[in-house]
Amino acid sequence: MNEQKESVIRTLQQGLRYDGRKEDGFREIEIKMGSVRNAEGSATVRIGETEVIAGVKMDVETPYPDTPDEGMLMVGEEFLPMANPNFELGPPRIDAIEIARVVDRGIRESKTIDVKGLCITPKEKVWSVMIDICTINDEGNLMDASALAAMAALMNTEMPSYDGEVVDYSKKSGKKLKLREVPITVTVHNIGNNFIVDPTIEEEKSSEARLTVVTLEDGRICALQKGGEKGLSIEEIMKMVDIAGEHSKKIRELLLKNAKK
Amino acid sequence: MTFKRPDGRGKKELREIEAKAGIIKRANGSGYFRIGNTVAYAAVYGPRNIHPKFLQDPSKGVLRCNYNMMPFSSAGSRVRPGGNRRSKEIGLVTEKALSEVVMLTKYPNSVVDVFIELPQTDAGTRCAGISAASIALADAGIPMKDMISSVAVGKVGGEIVADLDYEEEAYDENTVDIPLAFTHRGKKVTLLQMDGKITRDELEEAIRLGSEVIDRIYEAQEKALKEKYIINSEGENHE
Repeated sequence: MNEQKESVIRTLQQGLRYDGRKEDGFREIEIKMGSVRNAEGSATVRIGETEVIAGVKMDVETPYPDTPDEGMLMVGEEFLPMANPNFELGPPRIDAIEIARVVDRGIRESKTIDVKGLCITPKEKVWSVMIDICTINDEGNLMDASALAAMAALMNTEMPSYDGEVVDYSKKSGKKLKLREVPITVTVHNIGNNFIVDPTIEEEKSSEARLTVVTLEDGRICALQKGGEKGLSIEEIMKMVDIAGEHSKKIRELLLKNAKK
Repeated sequence: MTFKRPDGRGKKELREIEAKAGIIKRANGSGYFRIGNTVAYAAVYGPRNIHPKFLQDPSKGVLRCNYNMMPFSSAGSRVRPGGNRRSKEIGLVTEKALSEVVMLTKYPNSVVDVFIELPQTDAGTRCAGISAASIALADAGIPMKDMISSVAVGKVGGEIVADLDYEEEAYDENTVDIPLAFTHRGKKVTLLQMDGKITRDELEEAIRLGSEVIDRIYEAQEKALKEKYIINSEGENHE
């Protein structure tokens, strides 16, 4: 065990967090919807000093052959080298790909987007919804920040105008993208005997196992992802699911409050 | 017939400017520069080890700039991530625009990385990026002889104007766009590019206009850096 991990565990045993937080909760969450005017939908999310921007672009494309009457969803995560001295230029790293895929899964499996409703002409034209998440500053927990920003950006999305031939991005259609659910993503980390949410960079590095849980309003779970090398018992998993569920309620409330503004 | 600017600005009038320093905590230095609807972030990392190693220069440190538009930043369709030839060239001219004032002789074999990111664009992006980068380098404490400020000038509808927005850039096929960067004290030009047709005299008029309005950019950069310094020193007093 390296020194930093020892020190993280020692701090947690004292009931404290590595950044001095006293409660075992999230750092302050700030959601700013509509932060990028050229995107169809956008949001900047800050969790403590961690900051990400998510933007939604829409286009009309040919549907996949196996889903000829469904719109398309794509999620991309860009670990911009601006956000962390260890992020480099080049193709997405495996941890960025994992975040993109987990965010995608949460949105897709929640069925929040009515994909059939995005069909214009079956087999020919459907709307695609492309969500890109860009990191501004990484102080830990990019997973939950990215998922929250993506959802906030979707809630803020207004479809561009389409005359049957071309998409006119200069004209707003006045039509909001319809959403049916508000899935919330919370990742619980296991370090030593401790279970924590919203880790700092140091805690994230010391994490032995993590479980990302995407929860719906009625308490059901729509996506899961386990990470880290340590195995978890069933009791531990259920404990983590419960912790995530508790925190997701507060975050959903905050998100809905921001959406009403 | 005189050309009227779409947003009603005067010939020499710049769009609204907002500048901030130290907005990215993880970076050694950072800057934010907004002019109208064009927004640029810049983060500086270094001096640090350079990879790949063959880029090492034993006589001085290397300044390396990367320019990137976020996928949702354009008013049109999505920009594919990962960069293209245009963004590579802009990174290069940005390096050249800043090198004049950045003194890296004390950092042999290392690199100072500057990452410029644009979440929202409305013309003048390379200039906004350079102005943000200059704030970020100063914020990082990299030795500098002077500040670099950047703005575009051009010819639209027959008039020489400062700080074109996208509507003006796309006004007609005769539009001329001239991105410029200047040192503050000597008013030396460190970035000069142009596309479009222009006479010799018009070019001179345009560059002179740029050297006149550039102080507005500098003032915003200076204010941003001073604001950070003042807030920090007050914060220390309270402790």
